[in-house]
Amino acid sequence: MNVSNLLDYLTVFVLAILLGFEVISKVPATLHTPLMSGTNSIHGIVLVGAIGLAAGADNPLSAALAFVAMAFAGANVVGGYWVTDRMLQMFKRRPVPTTDKADR
Amino acid sequence: MNAIDVGYLVQLSFIVGAALFVVGLHQMNSPATARQGNRLSAAGMVIAVSAEVLWVTQTGVGLGNWLVIIGGLALGGGLGLRTARTVAMTSMPQLVSLFNAVGGGAAALLAFNDFISLGGHRVLAGGAPGLDGWRTFFIVADIVIGSVTFTGSLIASAKLMGRIRGQPILLPGGRILSWLVVVCSLSVAIVLILAGAGIVTYDVGVLNVLLIVALACALAFGVLMVLPIGGADMPVVISLLNAFTGTAVSMAGFVVGNVMLIVAGALVGASGAILTRLMANAMNRSIANIIVGGFGVAEGTQASMTGVDGTVREVSVDDAAIQLAYASKVVIVPGYGLAVAQAQHGVRELADLLEARGIDVSYAIHPVAGRMPGHMNVLLAEANVPYPQLKEMDDINPEFERTDVALVVGANDVTNPAARADRSSPIFGMPILDVDKARSIIVVKRSMGRGYAGIDNPLYVNPKTGMFFADAKKGLQELIAAVKAL
Repeated sequence: MNVSNLLDYLTVFVLAILLGFEVISKVPATLHTPLMSGTNSIHGIVLVGAIGLAAGADNPLSAALAFVAMAFAGANVVGGYWVTDRMLQMFKRRPVPTTDKADR
Repeated sequence: MNAIDVGYLVQLSFIVGAALFVVGLHQMNSPATARQGNRLSAAGMVIAVSAEVLWVTQTGVGLGNWLVIIGGLALGGGLGLRTARTVAMTSMPQLVSLFNAVGGGAAALLAFNDFISLGGHRVLAGGAPGLDGWRTFFIVADIVIGSVTFTGSLIASAKLMGRIRGQPILLPGGRILSWLVVVCSLSVAIVLILAGAGIVTYDVGVLNVLLIVALACALAFGVLMVLPIGGADMPVVISLLNAFTGTAVSMAGFVVGNVMLIVAGALVGASGAILTRLMANAMNRSIANIIVGGFGVAEGTQASMTGVDGTVREVSVDDAAIQLAYASKVVIVPGYGLAVAQAQHGVRELADLLEARGIDVSYAIHPVAGRMPGHMNVLLAEANVPYPQLKEMDDINPEFERTDVALVVGANDVTNPAARADRSSPIFGMPILDVDKARSIIVVKRSMGRGYAGIDNPLYVNPKTGMFFADAKKGLQELIAAVKAL
C-alpha cells in the first residue's frame, strides 16, 4: 500500500462516513429496523472481497477460508435483502381491510 | 475486450453500485419509498458482484476455485434465504445479530487470509512492499474488529433466542479477564504492525502465531463483552455491533484495495453509530455505561419507594370499554410486553373498532419499545397497523394533553413520570412518553409487578389512571368483546 493509495482510500472513507451520517439521520424511527437490516445487506458487499479471495486461492487453507467467507457473505446478502423487503412490504398507508374483516 | 477495458468497466460498475447504495438508503427516509430503496440497493449489489465475477474471470479461475465460489455462495445464500423467508418478526433482532456475525466474520477471514498467504512471506523476503505498516494496521484492525463482532453478535443472538440466559451473566473475574484480553490483543496488534513496518523482525511462523493470538483474544473479548449485558439493553448492543461490522468491512476494503468495500462499510458504520447514539439517549445511559454493565446488574437500583403513595384504582373491562368507546382521541402505548404476549393483532383489532366509531386512534412508540431500534413499528406493521398512525415520541408527546384515553399495554418504564420529576429515581432524565398528561389513562397489566428497571411507577397511583389487570392478549380480547357489545 503506497502513500497515494492510502490517501485515496482515506478520502473515500471519510467522505462516505459523512455521507452516511447525512443520509441516515433522515430515516424516521419507524423504519429503523428495516434500515438496520438493509444496511446489514449492504455490508454483505464483503462478498466481492470473498470472490476475489476464492478466485486467487492457491492452497487448501486459503480455499477453506474463502469457502467460509463466501458462505457467510452469501447468507448476509441474500438473507438481508430478502428479509428487508419482507418487512418493508408490511408498511402500508392504509391496509386493504378485505381478508381479516371476513373472520370477525 | 482486453483486460484494461474490463478493468475500467469493473471500476465503473463499482461506482454505480456504491451510488445505488446511497440512493437506496436515501429512499429509506419514508415508508412510501423505502421498499424501492431496498431494491435499488439490491440492484447495486448484483451489479457489483457481477462486475467482480467478470473481473476474476479475466484473470483465469481454476475449476476448484469456481467450486469454492459457487458452492460457498449456494450454501450461504440458501441458508440465508430460507431463514429470511420463515423468520418471525419478533425474531428480527436475533436475525440481524446473526447477519452482523457473518458479515464481521467474513471481513475478518479476508484479512486473516491476506496476512497468512501474502504478508508473512513478504516480510521474510526482506520487507518487500506488500506488507507495510499501514497495510498491517488495516489487516489487524479488520481481524480484531471483525472477530469481536463475530462472537459478540453470536452471543447477542443466542441471548435473544433464549439459548442462553437473557439476564446479565457475570463470570467470576470476568471484568479482569476482559481487560486482559483487550490488553493482550492490542499489544500483539502493535507488535504485528511494527513488524509490518519493518521496525522489528520476526520469523514468519512467529508472526502467524502472534496473529492467531490477537484473533483468539478478540474472539474471547466479543464473548466477554456481551455476556454481562441484559436483554433490555440489546437495542444498543445490536446497533453497536452493526457499527463494528461496517467498520470491519471498511477495513477489509483497505486490505484488499477495493473502494466499494470501503464505501459500503463506512455507510453501515455511520448508520450503526447513529442508531447506537439514539438508543443510548433513549435510555439516558452512556454507551460506556451499558458496555461496562450496570443497570441490570446493580442491586443498588432497588425500588426507591419515595413519592409513590396513593391507592391503585382498578377498572373493570366494561368501564374501560365505555371510556374508550366514548372518547374522541385515543393513544395506544405498546411496550415489549405486548410483543411477548403476541397481542399486536388484538391491539389493531381494537383500534379498528374504535376507528369505526369515528375515534382518532394513534400509537405512541418509544424508541426502545422493542429489542432493536424500530422493532415495535415492524411488529405493528405486521399486524396491519397503517404506518401514518405510528407516532414517534417527540411527535406524540405534545398530543397527550388533547388525548381522552391513553391505553398502555405492556409498557412500564417508558411511561414512568418519575423520569421527569423525581431526581432520586434511577431513570431520572430518561425521555418518556408523557402518558400522565392524558385526560385519563388505562393500563393493561398482569399485576403490580415492577418493570425492567425494578422501580415503582407513580403513573399507576395517578387518580386519572385505571388499572385493568389482565394478560395483554386476553385483556385486549375482553376489551374488544366489550366494545362490540356497546
